[in-house]
Amino acid sequence: MCDQTFVAITFGPCDSCGNPSPLMNIYIKSEAINYCSFCVEMMACRGLQKGESLATLKTESDTLKKKLEEERGKLNDVELHQVAEKIEVLNPLSVKTRRVMKGHTNKVLCMDWCSDKRRLVSSSQDGKVIVWDAFTLNKEHGLALPCTWVMACAYAPSGCAVACGGLDNKCSVIPLSLDKNENLAAKKKSVAMHTNYVSGCTFTNSDMQMLTSSGDGTCALWDVESGQLLQSFHGHTADVLSLDFAPSETGNTFVSGGCDKKANVWDMRSGQNIQSFESHESDINCVKYYPSGDAFASASDDATCRFYDLRADREVSVYKKDSLIFGASSVDFSMSGRLLFAGYNDYTINVWDVLKGTRASILFGHENRVSKVRVSPDGTALCSASWDNTLRIWA
Amino acid sequence: MAQTNSGGQGTNGVADESPNMIVYRKMEEVIARMQEEKNGIPIRTVKSFLTKIPSVFSGSDIVQWMIKNLDIEDQVEALHLGTLMAAHGYFFPISDHVLTLKDDGTFYRFQTPYFWPSNCWEPENTDYAVYLCKRTMQNKARLELADYEAESLARLQRAFARKWEFIFMQAEAQAKVDKKRDKIERKILDSQERAFWDVHRPVPGCVNTTEVDIKKSSRMKNPHKTRKSVYGLQNDIRTHSPTHTPAPEAKQPTEEELQEQITFWQLQLDRHRLKMSKVAESLLGYTEQYVEYDPFLTPPDPSNPWISDDTTLWELEASKEPGQQRVKRWAFGIDEVLKDPVGREQFLKFLESEFSSENLRFWLAVQELKKRPIREVPARVQEIWQEFLAPGAPSAINVDSKSYAKTTQNVKDPGRYAFEDAQEHIYKPRRRRVRTCSEGSCFQGKPLASKRLTSRLSSC
Repeated sequence: MCDQTFVAITFGPCDSCGNPSPLMNIYIKSEAINYCSFCVEMMACRGLQKGESLATLKTESDTLKKKLEEERGKLNDVELHQVAEKIEVLNPLSVKTRRVMKGHTNKVLCMDWCSDKRRLVSSSQDGKVIVWDAFTLNKEHGLALPCTWVMACAYAPSGCAVACGGLDNKCSVIPLSLDKNENLAAKKKSVAMHTNYVSGCTFTNSDMQMLTSSGDGTCALWDVESGQLLQSFHGHTADVLSLDFAPSETGNTFVSGGCDKKANVWDMRSGQNIQSFESHESDINCVKYYPSGDAFASASDDATCRFYDLRADREVSVYKKDSLIFGASSVDFSMSGRLLFAGYNDYTINVWDVLKGTRASILFGHENRVSKVRVSPDGTALCSASWDNTLRIWA
Repeated sequence: MAQTNSGGQGTNGVADESPNMIVYRKMEEVIARMQEEKNGIPIRTVKSFLTKIPSVFSGSDIVQWMIKNLDIEDQVEALHLGTLMAAHGYFFPISDHVLTLKDDGTFYRFQTPYFWPSNCWEPENTDYAVYLCKRTMQNKARLELADYEAESLARLQRAFARKWEFIFMQAEAQAKVDKKRDKIERKILDSQERAFWDVHRPVPGCVNTTEVDIKKSSRMKNPHKTRKSVYGLQNDIRTHSPTHTPAPEAKQPTEEELQEQITFWQLQLDRHRLKMSKVAESLLGYTEQYVEYDPFLTPPDPSNPWISDDTTLWELEASKEPGQQRVKRWAFGIDEVLKDPVGREQFLKFLESEFSSENLRFWLAVQELKKRPIREVPARVQEIWQEFLAPGAPSAINVDSKSYAKTTQNVKDPGRYAFEDAQEHIYKPRRRRVRTCSEGSCFQGKPLASKRLTSRLSSC
């Protein structure tokens, strides 16, 4: 190996090997490095090696991913809609608007049902959170939050509190009081703290734990009483837009979807990502479990909704139409899992036959984007929230 | 199954297509087809009184074309999609500020691609002021300002009082240039310019289709692509809407991250998967079992409260006397029994009367433990240990030695999952379908069904 001739301004102990020698004055990321020429060459070689090893790792990762897709494909001996040919076609649905809930002064961004099957909470860009008795259209509680764009809200399983959050990067819990005159906002308690907007929140089986998803790319499990972070979930490479907790008395998992086009299933206890699906062509706006907990659906900006089965470990159905070009914002299943209600940015709600893959009905009525759809706890109604400032109940 | 990259992946792997762009591209594809010479919508010049109306087509033409050429089922759907395309400004009614599609002889015109929303227009108020000012300089009845426009103009005059002279001069210059144009060309350009402003400054009460979801707008990849000035006006202050934070460059994954990914894929490859045919049967079976409990498919008895305004259904469900249909559901599986508070209560009572119930009580206690605030956990763990597992416990449960050893360890440093192993030994959730009871009476009269459920609880 022939050494170069260079002008040495300094002579001294090399920072790397310690031997006294002429030092090369070089700067790496504006930091002065005083190495002898041999150590400089060694450093360059190692850098090359590292670059090479990164490349090999990447290739290995990509190869494994391809292999996984192949494995998943091997068990695809039949399509869901083919098996579903033997069941009867659905009777025509006659779903109509039964209530229109007016009161918000700006886009309604989120809503959640109470376990009593008739109350619900809604949150809006106007910074307000309203608790309604949807059956009587009575507004039971209203509170104004200091920040606008309240993107997430949830009802506690007991019905005694609600949670909400959004652009303030927090999710707060507010106990509901029977006293109408009480200032609810004063009792608001911050529970979750993220480093970007909170996109979704849900209580787990109890009032004491809450799951949140955030624009900071993570999900988190919180102890409501202390505000302590119990577990955080890392794995998404972009904003997480939605999450859903698995419907089971024994469940310990949840699914999340985000702007990285991935839907991930997580173990709540270990924080591990246990399954991942990537077949959408754009942001996943919403994920929702199938009632049995063995599968879930997703809604995306690519104007499709998709159905994934956890046991088959793959996408099993795509719900799309050429005439549907606007993104889907929200999905929910009917009680039997036969119907999938999907809210779109073209102001409509499309009702899909989950098994046959066809569209069963299309619901018109909203005058702007549908931001959220949720079936009531006993399945008797569907509630939709919209950018037209209203919520609608359909049955 | 789509494994393709979405269109428009940048060189650094970041998608150039923001969610809005995807929709614009799709609409533009439809527009391109509509404008095809052979199979598109016929565009014509219509003679009217003393004038000619250039380059128009009727609303019905659009509806008919859509039904014929797109995957659209009926007129309602066509009108809906067509109205959306008009609201985004791709075609517009020539005599109305309100951008909707009507299935009649109303005349429409295509918008020039220059004004398409995919060009990321964000026109400033100064431009709007120039535009409105220019309109007042033209002595044409059809170009008179509508009420809401006159109000806007007045408001802008107040807001830009200091630079109004400049705005006026711009408007004059524009008007001069316009006058020099060919009459027909002018008609078309004027209408297209008006349609552009109808999208960006919509009639009060109309949807503003340029509104974006704030979660997405903060990821706008190309703030440089945004066009702010229609008439070439420079703004003194560089106004950037707060949502224009340029997205950070996508980081190349580190060695550690790649290792994690590789481990993850390897774990996934080792996963046991079911065949699609089996999964499909399971999904069909589940739906079949629950169809009678789905109010959208089987009208509830006596009625759906939301439709009939009668809350009897809810009152019946709240009562302590569960109906036949509800009890039948408990036989579907242990999950259903535990989900329903009345079911749980009944089952517990039954177990206590027939034989020991400590397994279920332990299981329920551990579930409850996981729902408590973290502060209460250590004390509760001790209580559960004393009641069910400690030597000489009053409600001793049977657990294998391995789980018992593990649990003993866990209890020393108590957390929410201290009893996880023991709990799994007592009950591992299975999704096998349980044959339904033929008669839906409570457990007392159905020892067989309840024994089946109980054995599920205590065996693995």
